[in-house]
Amino acid sequence: MWKWITKYASPMHFYLLANRLTPWFGWSAAVLFAVGLYGAFFYAPADYQQGESFRIIYIHVPSAWMSMFVYMVMAGAGAAGLIWKTKVSDAVARSCAPLGASFTFLALATGSLWGKPMWGTWWVWDARLTSELILLFLYLGYIALQSAIDDRRTAARAGAILALVGVVNIPIIHYSVIWWNTLHQGPTISKLDSPSIHIDMLIPLLVMALAFNLYFAAMVLIRARMEIVEQEKNSKWVQELIVDKVSV
Amino acid sequence: MTRVRILNLFSTILFRDLLLGVRNQSELVNPLIFFIMVITMFPLSIGPEQSALMQISPAIVWVAAVLASNLTIDGIFRSDYEDGSLEQMILSPHSGFTLVMAKILAHWLLAGVPLIIMVLMAGPFLYLPDYALQTLFYTLLLGTPVLSLIGAIAGGLTMGVRSSGMLQALLILPLIMPLLIFSVSAVNNAMKGLPVTGELYFLAAILVLALTLAPIAVFSALKIRLSE
Amino acid sequence: MEQLENFFHMGGYGFYVWLSYGITLIVLLLNYVMPRTREKKLVDRLNQISKMKGQGENES
Repeated sequence: MWKWITKYASPMHFYLLANRLTPWFGWSAAVLFAVGLYGAFFYAPADYQQGESFRIIYIHVPSAWMSMFVYMVMAGAGAAGLIWKTKVSDAVARSCAPLGASFTFLALATGSLWGKPMWGTWWVWDARLTSELILLFLYLGYIALQSAIDDRRTAARAGAILALVGVVNIPIIHYSVIWWNTLHQGPTISKLDSPSIHIDMLIPLLVMALAFNLYFAAMVLIRARMEIVEQEKNSKWVQELIVDKVSV
Repeated sequence: MTRVRILNLFSTILFRDLLLGVRNQSELVNPLIFFIMVITMFPLSIGPEQSALMQISPAIVWVAAVLASNLTIDGIFRSDYEDGSLEQMILSPHSGFTLVMAKILAHWLLAGVPLIIMVLMAGPFLYLPDYALQTLFYTLLLGTPVLSLIGAIAGGLTMGVRSSGMLQALLILPLIMPLLIFSVSAVNNAMKGLPVTGELYFLAAILVLALTLAPIAVFSALKIRLSE
Repeated sequence: MEQLENFFHMGGYGFYVWLSYGITLIVLLLNYVMPRTREKKLVDRLNQISKMKGQGENES
């Protein structure tokens, strides 16, 4: 087991593994997206309160879930990079940031588009949207820090510290925002919360969530692969494998 | 290393930083002037009505305090980093943690404490009643050390980087939003005559958490940036 | 035909629903395209460099 891990912690083996795994994740994500979208539009009935507009849930909620999950992956990979000093985990952590930021952006954009017909305004300082906005700030700070430090190793390790500080902070931010929200809005029911969701509506949601996860796995591998090639562009294996196209 | 030596080191660095800070008067005073200017902009833009100002004065004061403390954090490690003394201090055995704590305390004494005094003086200008001012004082007493602690993390991560001041603000502001929420709501509650202990407990908990974890993060950030 | 129209109409919420899905599609595609083009450019550059090196060696 340990041998296996150290083997794939080497950039070249990770590159090859990523090459092999990406199509599997990518295509299964595509299939699940197709199934999930079919379910979202044809299988799930329209909501009795929100009508057809509730179908935005099938991208809004998975995006919101992914935005949190990706931050955890980013911090985890960063921590692994700090502890074992593996270049691969640095590349994975770096790759997570733009993906996580884009999921957060999607959660905000779709939330706003859902909110317009439901609340009558594009933006409401609702607890979930506000936490997502602060999460987006955290991602943007991480990306800004990465691009400000020239040395890749240092940038990755500094980013890891920031991500870990963020992980400690996220629950505090989340609960403080919920607390702030209930304080200021009273017990208004957030329209984006569906306390009990019908099973026919839930199944497509879970399929979409799984599709988002697989999509993330494929994209993070593609990005990490690119980061690794960029990082190792002067090494022998990049020369042989990618430039001279020697088969292994 | 014995306890006495650690204390010695701690006080040496603390007094050195305090001396440097007191000598450099403009860096001490400028953030306070900035703070007053930000405060002044609100009556000018909202209008001088007492009721309107009173309602948002806790928010104004806290936001201005956060912005002002953001301005000072840039200097916490910069000069020591540029002249190389930080590297000497961090690399000497066992002293890193003590060094970090001493520097953060010095920053709070030089930037946080004057700011607290300034806020208390600015309160009446915004028609903040006395009993709310007392709560504001408690929130600042608990909150400004957190600003220094979290600011030190950002300061350590960004030292020596181009336009580090802006970057620091981007890193610090999302992390201190809970502080803002609890502090402002405590003062608002005080103005309505509601109990404020809940918020103050939250602030105290955040302070304890920051005190235990932030120095570790600062220390590792400094080590990472210095090993470049 | 009417069914299709109804489908795109989304009970009056068509604009919001389709814009949401459209933005999502664009962002998800960009996440794929951007790193791929960057990698391609990088590999092209590496290829060029190695070609130039090869020529230099042949000439000397």
